[in-house]
Amino acid sequence: MATLLEMRQITKEFPGVKALDRVDLKVEEGEIHAICGENGAGKSTLMKVLSGVYPAGSYDGEIVYEGETAQFRDIRDSEDRGIIIIHQELALVPQLSIAENIFLGNERATRGVIDWRMTNRRTEELLEKVGLSEAPTTLVDSIGVGKQQLVEIAKALSKNVKLLILDEPTAALQENDSRKLLDLLLELKAQGVTSILISHKLGEVRYVADTVTVIRDGTTVSTLDAKGLSEDQIVHDMVGRDMTNRFPEHKRTPGDILMEVDDWTVWHPEHVDRRVIRNAGFNVRAGEVVGIAGLMGSGRTELAMSIFGKSYGRNISGSVRLKGEAVDVSTVSKAIAAGISYVTEDRKSLGLVLDETIRFNTTLANLEGVSSNGVLKRNEETRVAERYREALATRTPSVFQKVVNLSGGNQQKVVLAKWLFTSPEVLILDEPTRGIDVGAKYEIYTIINDLAAQGKGVVMISSEMPELLGMCDRIYVMNEGALVGELTAAEASQERIMSLIVND
Amino acid sequence: MAVADSEQNEGTEHNGKGIGAYLASHLREYGLLLALIVIMVFFQVVTEGTLLRAVNVTNLLLQNSYIVIMALGMLVVIVSGNIDLSVGSVMGFIGALAAVMIVNFDQNIYVTIIACLAVGGLIGAAQGYWVAYWRIPSFIVTLAGMLVFRGLSLWLLEGQSVGPFPREFQIIANGFVPDIFPAGIGEMLAGMFDARKVNVLALVAGIVTAALIVWMGMRQRARNKAYGIEDEPASFFAARNFIVAAALIFITFKLSTFRGLPNVLITMAVLTVIYAFLTSSTVIGRRVYALGGNQKAAKLSGINTERLTFLAFTNMGVLAAAAGLVFAARLNTATPKAGFALELDVIAAVFIGGASMSGGVGTIIGAVVGAFLMGVLNNGMSIMGIGIDYQQMIKGLVLLAAVIFDVYNKQKQG
Repeated sequence: MATLLEMRQITKEFPGVKALDRVDLKVEEGEIHAICGENGAGKSTLMKVLSGVYPAGSYDGEIVYEGETAQFRDIRDSEDRGIIIIHQELALVPQLSIAENIFLGNERATRGVIDWRMTNRRTEELLEKVGLSEAPTTLVDSIGVGKQQLVEIAKALSKNVKLLILDEPTAALQENDSRKLLDLLLELKAQGVTSILISHKLGEVRYVADTVTVIRDGTTVSTLDAKGLSEDQIVHDMVGRDMTNRFPEHKRTPGDILMEVDDWTVWHPEHVDRRVIRNAGFNVRAGEVVGIAGLMGSGRTELAMSIFGKSYGRNISGSVRLKGEAVDVSTVSKAIAAGISYVTEDRKSLGLVLDETIRFNTTLANLEGVSSNGVLKRNEETRVAERYREALATRTPSVFQKVVNLSGGNQQKVVLAKWLFTSPEVLILDEPTRGIDVGAKYEIYTIINDLAAQGKGVVMISSEMPELLGMCDRIYVMNEGALVGELTAAEASQERIMSLIVND
Repeated sequence: MAVADSEQNEGTEHNGKGIGAYLASHLREYGLLLALIVIMVFFQVVTEGTLLRAVNVTNLLLQNSYIVIMALGMLVVIVSGNIDLSVGSVMGFIGALAAVMIVNFDQNIYVTIIACLAVGGLIGAAQGYWVAYWRIPSFIVTLAGMLVFRGLSLWLLEGQSVGPFPREFQIIANGFVPDIFPAGIGEMLAGMFDARKVNVLALVAGIVTAALIVWMGMRQRARNKAYGIEDEPASFFAARNFIVAAALIFITFKLSTFRGLPNVLITMAVLTVIYAFLTSSTVIGRRVYALGGNQKAAKLSGINTERLTFLAFTNMGVLAAAAGLVFAARLNTATPKAGFALELDVIAAVFIGGASMSGGVGTIIGAVVGAFLMGVLNNGMSIMGIGIDYQQMIKGLVLLAAVIFDVYNKQKQG
């Protein structure tokens, strides 16, 4: 077997972050090569380098493709050479037909006039190849995600693909659709198509892959022969890193149960037959920090947002109790009144009014607290904003600064201030340290510890396992919409969390 | 902590540059005021003093009253992230309704006024319902409303003009507040200023209002200082207040030498103060800005964004009805063409006043100044005898220039 692709010593830096640090990847012709790694390990960045999203010159290192050095300037460039990437979020136009999507940007046309007969005939051939029995004129909108995935692959095949890259292709698929897709990959392999499969699901990796490369923190950890490889080995390589002293000291003595969620089930707001959360149940005690671990797309955010005023999903069922009494959380304002706060993972688009001041944002969720009879008391408002600025050590010239001008860490403090001012009993923090630097992270951890010390219950959702291990008293593990395990701080480890996820 | 440090530097740098930096970051507000002054001076010169003659100043206020009244509601709608294209038609329809009720059916004037305001509210609520609870784009809902109510006025008036109105109704728009001071004082002042007559109430009202504005500005300034809030430089504060106060006294003096304070001016002033207060100092006003600034964040902060949108449109309907009454009273007749294309003037006024198409930004004062800026342009060009063709082109270019100025400013700051 000849080597199709070799990426040598790829280094990619963003301002302040080294996303990739001398990564090596070698893909043989005709194999299925799996790339495994945690969220943020650098898998997607590596694929963007390969496909020309980050053009030659914006990274260090060398790409050798089909025996010669390749310098891709953009995606078109790499596609011309047969490298096709299928992203996790599908790039189909839902209002167009399958045939139109497949030949989008690559239309079968003479002098600008589309030859529909040719288009449809070619589409039929391609659909047969991927095993999809739909008419070429069917709108993409009207078929499920699994079939859409197949359309994407058909589209790739229409471009004479040599190297097919799939980024978490089964993340949104049901069990049998996933199996179909994997079988298709094996079939394409028999026809000579080489694939790179990015996946968290080790069962899948073992099912289809010939070789596994593990990436962690932007470097290649190991390249393993998939034959006879144990999942434990992969998990160990994926998470094995030192835990230095990155978390503030804390000693907690959790009290009574503060919030209890039972039998919580949520359906997808658009795909009515998809259950996003399945019978989830968890609790948090006063003065306790409880973690929810899981991969992206496992339903953590959906769980939190559906509890917080039914802000996500439909046909929500289950109960929420606070201090033993059932509470109504059917709207956001009721949830806030009950004592629940939710700090969103996406602070820019869901948490802040960016063009407004720190003061404006601090009081937004509790304007009653700075007004009488509906009239704002500006001085009181300023005082409140100042108080939280000091308490949370938000670095800003004044509380009249627009939040858009603040750094990520300081923006996060403003969001926290907003929710603290609603005097919550329970805070659900969704990725509270995403996109902020190490120093600011430490400060956020300190704030979380203070909250627990004040007897509040904190639920912390995070993709960074070290963070959960360093901060939480208990960790629930979530996978595909269900809570699949619960670990105490003593028994939790990255390996145990990962194996709960992959063995589900 | 590099990021935090650079922010700190930015802050001190900003303070260090002082006046220049302050001007740069507040160019919009001063620019608007300056533009109004420049345009007024320009027309005053080219019309050889006609623009600021007492009778024309009075006219200017009467002519633009209904635009100002609707601009107040439009500002709220636009800040909430929506638009209302139906206001011209709704205004015309309400005028027609008032005419039919009063002239054809001999209804009591006060009953008619209340009924008309209520119908305006209902119209606004009906449109707001589709926008807020069905998430149908406001552009489409109100475009439909524009056609529907244009048609309804035609139908109601059977294509005819209906009028005239009784005297009590006309005074809504054409009446003046009588002088409460003894006639002797007026005559004495008239002698002093070499005027035919002086309405003392108008002059006193102008001086008192000017004093009030200056006093409130100073109080706010002192309070800001106590909180260490960065404030405008003293020279700017003084200059701005001097100009505003002088202009106010000048205009009321002009009014006083004609027929005094128009009733409409009182209506306009009271409404402007109320809406300025509502938008800047109340919980509901704050929430409208949050809704327009980031709807998702507002919703996740416990704000009932649907109800707020609904209320913004309902309010717009009531104000369009009020404008319709003023307009009908002023013309002393209701015509099927009343309010035609007026929504565009109203929307233009709000955008010239600094509001943002995407919502969350804009002030009442800006919208009112924007309305008068358009009004002075209209009036000045008409006095000069410039054809309606050129007038339209110039107004269009002014609107474009104002918005380009906004975008340019924002890019420079960003």
